[in-house]
Amino acid sequence: MNMHSLILRTAGHFLLPLLLLFSVFLLLRGHDEPGGGFIGGLVAAAAIVLYLFSMDIQSARKVLRVDPRDVLGVGMVLAVISAIPGVFRGEAFFTAQWWEFTAPLFGEMKLSTVLIFDIGVYLVVIGSVLTIMLNLAEAED
Amino acid sequence: MLYAILSTFLVAAIAPAVHRLTGRASGWVLGLLPAALFVYFLSFLPAVSSGESIVLAWPWLPGLDIQLSFLVDGLSLLFALLISGIGFFIVTYAGRYLEGDRDLGRFYVIILAFMGSMLGLVLADNLVAMFVFWELTSITSYLLIGYNHENADARKYALQGLFVTVGGGLALLAGIIMLAMAGGSWELSEILNNGDVVREHALYLPLLMLILLGAFTKSAQVPFHFWLPRAMAAPTPVSAYLHSATMVKAGVYLLARLNPSLGGTDIWFTTLALFGAVTMFTGVFLAFRSTGVKKVLAYSTVMALGTLTMLIGIGTETALMAAMAFLLAHSLYKGALFMVAGILDHEAGAKDFLQTGGLRSALPVTAAFAILAALSLGGVIPLFGFVAKELMLEAVLDAPSLGGILALLAVLTAILGVAVAAIVGIRPWFGPKVETPKTPHHDAPVAMLAGPAVLASLGLIFGLGPGLADEGLINAAAASVQGAPVDGYLALWHGVNWPLAISAFSLVAGGVLYWRWEQARRALAWVDRAAEYGPEKGYFKMMDGLVALSEWQTRVLQNGYLRYYVIVIVAMTAGLVGVTAQLFGVGVGGLDWAALQIHEVAILAILVASMLFAVLTRSRLGAVAALGSLGFTVALVYVLYSAADVGITQVLVETLTVILLVLVLFRLPGFLNLSSTALRVRDAGIALVMGGMITLLILSTLDARLFPSISQYFIDESVPSGYGRNIVNVVLVDFRALDTLGEIFVLALAAIGVYAMLRFRAEDRR
Repeated sequence: MNMHSLILRTAGHFLLPLLLLFSVFLLLRGHDEPGGGFIGGLVAAAAIVLYLFSMDIQSARKVLRVDPRDVLGVGMVLAVISAIPGVFRGEAFFTAQWWEFTAPLFGEMKLSTVLIFDIGVYLVVIGSVLTIMLNLAEAED
Repeated sequence: MLYAILSTFLVAAIAPAVHRLTGRASGWVLGLLPAALFVYFLSFLPAVSSGESIVLAWPWLPGLDIQLSFLVDGLSLLFALLISGIGFFIVTYAGRYLEGDRDLGRFYVIILAFMGSMLGLVLADNLVAMFVFWELTSITSYLLIGYNHENADARKYALQGLFVTVGGGLALLAGIIMLAMAGGSWELSEILNNGDVVREHALYLPLLMLILLGAFTKSAQVPFHFWLPRAMAAPTPVSAYLHSATMVKAGVYLLARLNPSLGGTDIWFTTLALFGAVTMFTGVFLAFRSTGVKKVLAYSTVMALGTLTMLIGIGTETALMAAMAFLLAHSLYKGALFMVAGILDHEAGAKDFLQTGGLRSALPVTAAFAILAALSLGGVIPLFGFVAKELMLEAVLDAPSLGGILALLAVLTAILGVAVAAIVGIRPWFGPKVETPKTPHHDAPVAMLAGPAVLASLGLIFGLGPGLADEGLINAAAASVQGAPVDGYLALWHGVNWPLAISAFSLVAGGVLYWRWEQARRALAWVDRAAEYGPEKGYFKMMDGLVALSEWQTRVLQNGYLRYYVIVIVAMTAGLVGVTAQLFGVGVGGLDWAALQIHEVAILAILVASMLFAVLTRSRLGAVAALGSLGFTVALVYVLYSAADVGITQVLVETLTVILLVLVLFRLPGFLNLSSTALRVRDAGIALVMGGMITLLILSTLDARLFPSISQYFIDESVPSGYGRNIVNVVLVDFRALDTLGEIFVLALAAIGVYAMLRFRAEDRR
């Protein structure tokens, strides 16, 4: 798998953190500007796949720290959990709930079940793509 | 009421734990539940016997106007009391009968769940609820019949019972939906008052046929009678329960329940009376020539079910009184006799009447109650069976039409019935002692004797004082079947009349038949050969046919070649869409070619060029690259029409797809051979048809606008109710979050599927 390309390896090292940061940025701004959990998840997954190509599978797994299947599972759980608070307030399943508050340093913030859901989507996309990619790459050896 | 029925399922869930804690006494402990339910149902008795019917409702699916409602009237209360009362004896009996069996805990779970389903079925007022409970009884009884799941026969016949009853259940589902349409309500209590509307409705005939099919399969009417004796593969307590009070009576219950709304027509009368009478005779005839203890009892149950169906079909007041009295009498003596059969098996190891004889000194108490129950089965004065049989004969003799054939079959049945009763009541107990497989050292334990004792004694008590049963419940039950109060009453002595003469004659003739039993069975040996061509043969033929059909369609459709799957899917889609478009006359409007701009033409050219390259190239990598370029061009189209999010997603997905394909390409062997020209022409044809179809469809949507577009709503509502300016994202995660949830589920499933496939292949190779 290792392509022994110095340029790719160097670029991979630098690009990985940048791309991951960018993916979080896309995720968080997604509600107002182009982006969102799906796109963010794809970018993050692509970043790690790029790292996989420039290095090898072990380092790619190490960067991820956890098994991609766990990422997938946590994502699914978050997405489902986000559907529940509405029920407790007597509204339909999946009705979005918003909380506004002012936090020091950040100023006015809005948190919502929608954000939790979007994070769930983000994690499911990363988990799915990497489960497939890493296992395919591994099966080659 | 809701809690009464739920409690059976709850207790079923904890039954294994209770069994572990209480050990030998578990039968008595768990028996407390049916006993408590019996007392609870008894509390409805005063109101119901004075003619009231009580409806209790809970909201269930308010959006669909479906409520969980229960109807307590004479009929349902009679059934509920039988189910919980006999249920008590069955549970305690099973605790001793299956003592030491390692699956006894599981047995309690299923039998209690079955009891709950059965109670739900007879008490439900809502048709949907009734159907759900109906199917639950099929499923739980399947588990009960197949209780000895290590025995191939038990599995086979459990499945047979399931297929027959669930097949009928499907017909019933269609039938009750039509009934709800015709009756204008899902509530039985309303439909039953709408009888005239239902009978005049255009759907009356089809809905009647479907409901009858459901009832006949469940209640083992000819030609579906074969599954019931086969269900004897179950442990004896199950047989006692299924064939005395419950499962098989569900069909009869349904017929009785719907009588006020469906009954009274010629077709109702003819179908029920004829099928019932034929079943009645077939049952008793087959019972007479069987020797297996449980088989004889099972066939005599078929006889009883036929009798009940026939009586409900006749539908006169006497007939309905007779049906309810017969129902009670049969439940009492059949429950007792099956439990006696279990004692014979348990203590003496005898499963066949030919293995028994002269057991009265070894099992004196059992013998006494067995004889008492058998006398009721034979319809001997003064037992309750006699009361019921007299009424039945009276109803048949007064039947509005078909009198001759019904009377003939009824008289023959009465004669053979006496002979069967003699087989059960005399053969094992009197005469010379026969060496049984096990020598009984003592009579059965109390837990196993309580059921036969109480049930058989009740047969005597109700016989001597028929007013007790009559005013208590039979009258109210018959009134709810008729849909109007009844004037008739039960009596032990009707004076000297035709039914009495027939009874007397059948006692003598039946006695003679029993005396000549050996010869009669030998003379009837030909039936075995004829039976090979009976309905059960048809059932097995059908099952074989089903297996053959699914093997064939698996070979054709699931052949393991991806290209054929794709061809089938694509051709089917194109075909269905094409036909639908043709049927609805979808038109395609003209195109404004002048508005075409130069960059659009350029993009189109790149699209076409990449597509042609992908199709024509012989290199896999080339094809993948060409598909990638196709994808990026499509992303360009999205960007042009200012769908930034979709464009970004497309680019990312395209990138990952290419990476994915490259990873897979490494693993593929080189091309062995290229497809022939003919095959390529075929594939090109399919592709062109599909492509053309989609193009036409898109063009037609430009013109056809049946509803106002929803996009404006999203644009307007995105900021005020979604707090987001990116409409695509707001739609994805808020307005249509449930759709997105479904999509990520699919994504996760796909990933897990790929993972599993790769892992299993790796393990196979090791």
